[in-house]
Amino acid sequence: MEQRQYKTVGKSIRKKDSMQLLLGKAVYTDDVTPKDALVVKILRSPHANAMVRSINTAVAKKVPGVVDVYTWEDVPQTRFAIAGQTYPEPSPYDRLIIDRHVRFVGDVVAIIAAETEKAAEKAKKLIKVEYDILEPVLDFRTAKDNKILVHPEGDWFPPCQVGGDPKRNLVASETNFHGDVDAVMADCDIVLDRTYHTKAFNQAMMETFRTYTDLDRYGRLHVISSTQIVFHCRRILSRALGIPKSRIRVEKPRIGGGFGAKQTAVCEVYPAFVTLKTGRAAQLIYTREESQIAGSPRHEMEIRVRLGASKDGKIRVLDLYTLSNTGAYGEHGPTTVGLSGHKSIPLYTGGLEAYRFSYDVVYTNLQAAGAYRGYGATQGIFALETTVNELAEQLGMDPTVIRDMNMVKEGMVMPAYYGEVANACALDRCMEHCRQMFGWAEKYPVRDMGNGKVRAAGVAMAMQGSCISHVDVGSATVKLSDDGTYNLIIGAADMGTGCDTILAQMVAECMDCDVDDVAVFGADTDVSPYDSGSYASSTTYITGKAVEKACTDLRKQICAVAAEMMNCQPEEVVFEGKQVRRVNTQQTVSLEDISYKSQVFNNQAVQVTATHSSPVSPPPYMVGMVEIELDKETGQVTILDYMAVVDCGIPVNPALARTQTEGGLVQGIGHTLMENVTYDHNGRPMESSFMQYKLPTRLDMGKLKVEFEHSYEPTGPFGAKSIGEIVINTPAPAIVHAIYRATGVWHREIPVTPEKIAMSLPENQ
Amino acid sequence: MRNIQNYVRPKTLEEAYTLNQRRSSRILGGMLWTRLGRGTIQTAIDLCDLGLDTITETPEAFSIGAMVTLRQIEQHPGLNAYTQGAAAAAVKDIVGVQFRNLATVGGSLWGRFGFSDVLTVFQTMDAFVELYKGGVVSLEEFARRKPDRDILVRLIVKKTPGKFVYRAMRNQRTDFPVLACALSCVDGEYRLSVGARPGRAVVVRDEKGLLSGGITQESAQAFADYAAESIPTQGNLRGSAQYRTHLIRVLTRRNVLELGGMA
Amino acid sequence: MEIKLTLNGKPLSASVAPDCMLLDFLREHGCYSVKRGCDTSNCGLCTVLMDGKPVLSCSVLAVRADGHSVQTLEGLQEEAKDFVGFIADQGSDQCGFCNPGFVMNTIALLRENPDPTDDEIRAYLAGNLCRCSGYDGQLRGIRSYLNSRKG
Repeated sequence: MEQRQYKTVGKSIRKKDSMQLLLGKAVYTDDVTPKDALVVKILRSPHANAMVRSINTAVAKKVPGVVDVYTWEDVPQTRFAIAGQTYPEPSPYDRLIIDRHVRFVGDVVAIIAAETEKAAEKAKKLIKVEYDILEPVLDFRTAKDNKILVHPEGDWFPPCQVGGDPKRNLVASETNFHGDVDAVMADCDIVLDRTYHTKAFNQAMMETFRTYTDLDRYGRLHVISSTQIVFHCRRILSRALGIPKSRIRVEKPRIGGGFGAKQTAVCEVYPAFVTLKTGRAAQLIYTREESQIAGSPRHEMEIRVRLGASKDGKIRVLDLYTLSNTGAYGEHGPTTVGLSGHKSIPLYTGGLEAYRFSYDVVYTNLQAAGAYRGYGATQGIFALETTVNELAEQLGMDPTVIRDMNMVKEGMVMPAYYGEVANACALDRCMEHCRQMFGWAEKYPVRDMGNGKVRAAGVAMAMQGSCISHVDVGSATVKLSDDGTYNLIIGAADMGTGCDTILAQMVAECMDCDVDDVAVFGADTDVSPYDSGSYASSTTYITGKAVEKACTDLRKQICAVAAEMMNCQPEEVVFEGKQVRRVNTQQTVSLEDISYKSQVFNNQAVQVTATHSSPVSPPPYMVGMVEIELDKETGQVTILDYMAVVDCGIPVNPALARTQTEGGLVQGIGHTLMENVTYDHNGRPMESSFMQYKLPTRLDMGKLKVEFEHSYEPTGPFGAKSIGEIVINTPAPAIVHAIYRATGVWHREIPVTPEKIAMSLPENQ
Repeated sequence: MRNIQNYVRPKTLEEAYTLNQRRSSRILGGMLWTRLGRGTIQTAIDLCDLGLDTITETPEAFSIGAMVTLRQIEQHPGLNAYTQGAAAAAVKDIVGVQFRNLATVGGSLWGRFGFSDVLTVFQTMDAFVELYKGGVVSLEEFARRKPDRDILVRLIVKKTPGKFVYRAMRNQRTDFPVLACALSCVDGEYRLSVGARPGRAVVVRDEKGLLSGGITQESAQAFADYAAESIPTQGNLRGSAQYRTHLIRVLTRRNVLELGGMA
Repeated sequence: MEIKLTLNGKPLSASVAPDCMLLDFLREHGCYSVKRGCDTSNCGLCTVLMDGKPVLSCSVLAVRADGHSVQTLEGLQEEAKDFVGFIADQGSDQCGFCNPGFVMNTIALLRENPDPTDDEIRAYLAGNLCRCSGYDGQLRGIRSYLNSRKG
């Protein structure tokens, strides 16, 4: 493996915004926007499927302070999608700003604009709506070819052909394969056929969805939003509102967490519509309940895994079928599902002779799903890793050893991963490292602690991507400033992940300067170079490479100015960070002098915008191991230790990479053990607040230990791959494995609540 | 979101009582979840100026003012010495320190909330509430009554010698309990209080004398079985009736064994 | 209603509606560090000190603060600066939205218990949710601050 030493890359440096954040400075949407904006509130449907027969807003509009109330009759009739994806989006255009046909409990019925929150709330109660209530489709297993159609409208439009058919409640459908699955399966000594279920978990970022809009000094729509996707957001608003993109500017301040939730323009259109209608500033802040019931949670999936193996533990064939529930609208439906197979099956490239992966994505009358860290891989990896653990247990093999035998290794071609080659893959070293660190040999055997309590361990592997290959575009502008420092301007979105800092570290590395000498700005559609945005784990890998390219060219430009100053050719000088030196004379000019020169009688730009895309999406890999104590009487699982070793190529900032990992692990622990999602008989989500949707606290997570195994990804900046998403994928299968070890029961639906564990045991029934 | 028209801090209990006779009035406790309510409160009555925020310990009893916070309960050395830590154990997992600095004993008891750890644990003690007009009534009796327009002034816990244990099952550490289970032996009488059934905590005594022969594995199990059979449970988001009944059996047995020094 | 309180050490008289929550009152008075993360008193983002005790400002009527002292992170910058750098060194500030409430409650913890164990830290801060960091880096940061004080 190639190991390089860097000055700034690979160092744990404080985030550039750390002290602002930790000292509570005003940096988020609701802190930085004027206070005289109209308050926007949304009246939401109490029914899962209904037509608005009549709606009377006359009384509501008379409430003092109410400026206007809008219904389906007031909005443009062009369908659009709010998924933050590159055009043409795989997600169908199936929404209106307000649709007469409401399709889930929480769907928009009316938009209220008022001077105060109180007036808006009062008006909301005074809107009279009569519904023609329709029977909903609530069980996604019955959605396909159901007689009830979620989208019967004639103007449903798919920008991409992904196998969707609204007349069948289908958003997407596909089958792909490699090798003769049925023949290999028939030849296997052991075949496991298992079905798993994962729910519509909520990102539950601490800052709910929120957007401020006004008309700027040129009369353009100015949007300040907590979003991961400023450019996609501009395009979405343009189509939804029917105004040109040139009339829209979208910027983000600091973001209070995203995890993919804000890769969908969940709330932007509503205040934007109000601003266009009234000419006034408007702000919409979702309540926690709105974020829970009308946000963009994970796609609920049912995954059937058929695994064929030889009796000595060689995994020969995998056949996955995923049924994905996109809810009432199709955002991210056609794409998330792909990861459930394409980012699980390749883990077992080792001896795999054939695979098949097929899927259907269906509409139901439930909250529309969206993008959530892991993006389908989380669901697929839970299913496949649990099946592999069951195989090991059935064969009496150590589940880490069965993985040693079958896992993907560096240099292998991965047929299930679009034929990409694993150029940088330390998964084998991750496994060995984690085994040692965790003490697998001692902890894997089940230990009875007395009093009904048992200690046991579980393991899982994971992979993800580092971008959307052939699609994502990252750009960076780097310019020299007066005093010899730099400005880095990006369109990627730091949502707490630290990408502003990580990209600045890359500038510092390339320009041989201090990170403090790099000022970062992002993201603003008027100012930033185009970037598809921060999602798909892509910012370090894609935008990072754009930074590297920009810096390479900027050095040349700086040298050109310096050469002119020293009356020589650019080839005669070398860039040395603080200065440029003419090699044959040893004459130097300082960077500061070069920057001043660049502002006087100068025709040579010292500002570069570079853009990068990748034909590949190199997977990061990881191994997670958990030790639990399980109370067989109450069913309570206590996480004792969760240890993980990650191969993200080179961690650009190890402290931030570690924190990303720890955060992902705890989110994963949450959806494995306590974050439940249930609905009442009307399809209303029951866990609509933090009183009911229980996030793990710091008492629920045990002790974490995270380490790294480096690999060198030749296509990534400084050998880096990605880290943002993979980290959420191991807890579910590892913990479910440990629960099996402790109880002898496989749980194939998450979350696995204490009740499910306790009541699965014969002695408790 | 709830509307409040007026806010008053009475100077006397009589003033508070008079204000509270209107149906549209409401006594404030810890103010938690005020935002969640609907409708209008004409007059919010805040007892914060009436000196009800202290715990007074005498040789005979603890007098706990209605405005005493759960955090004070958690940290009171005398009360926790008397209850062998059961009082603190009952409240320490309620949301967080900031929440417990607000939530009051009066508010917790007055609401007769099904999920209340507070009612569950104090019902196992020789506990009484002092009502401004209604006088002193046992906590158990008070819990059974429907809320009226009286004012809960203080909780009185007599220092009858006893032993106390507390256990609750939570799906997440600071969540409402799936089941709350307190057990005492006060003056030779076993009192089991089970809350979060999810209904209001109820008290079961050892009426069959299952523990009269002393605490053994068998008698603990017998009493736990008796409790599970006699206490009604229901299902909600946090657990089914069947699981709760199962938990009554498990937590009661563990409590009995701990009380008997066997756990 | 007219109320008088001490906000971050300075006397303040203000007119408030009886149902205005302290959180909204504080933001209206420029204390933007105070955040709302839920509507159910569950998240701890809105933590402020009232008469020195940490409370959820989302759940306190502003009128209750009449005659009392309220401190937000705006007023405790120096005390916070003592230790937040150690959190930053761990990278566990992350999105930052929970940070002010977490920092306020940590201040309360350290005033009450200047030398807490890891379990005491976890227990005291259990009411401060964080969705980004996984909590461990916050703990490491506090621990390294405490170690630095011991020299």
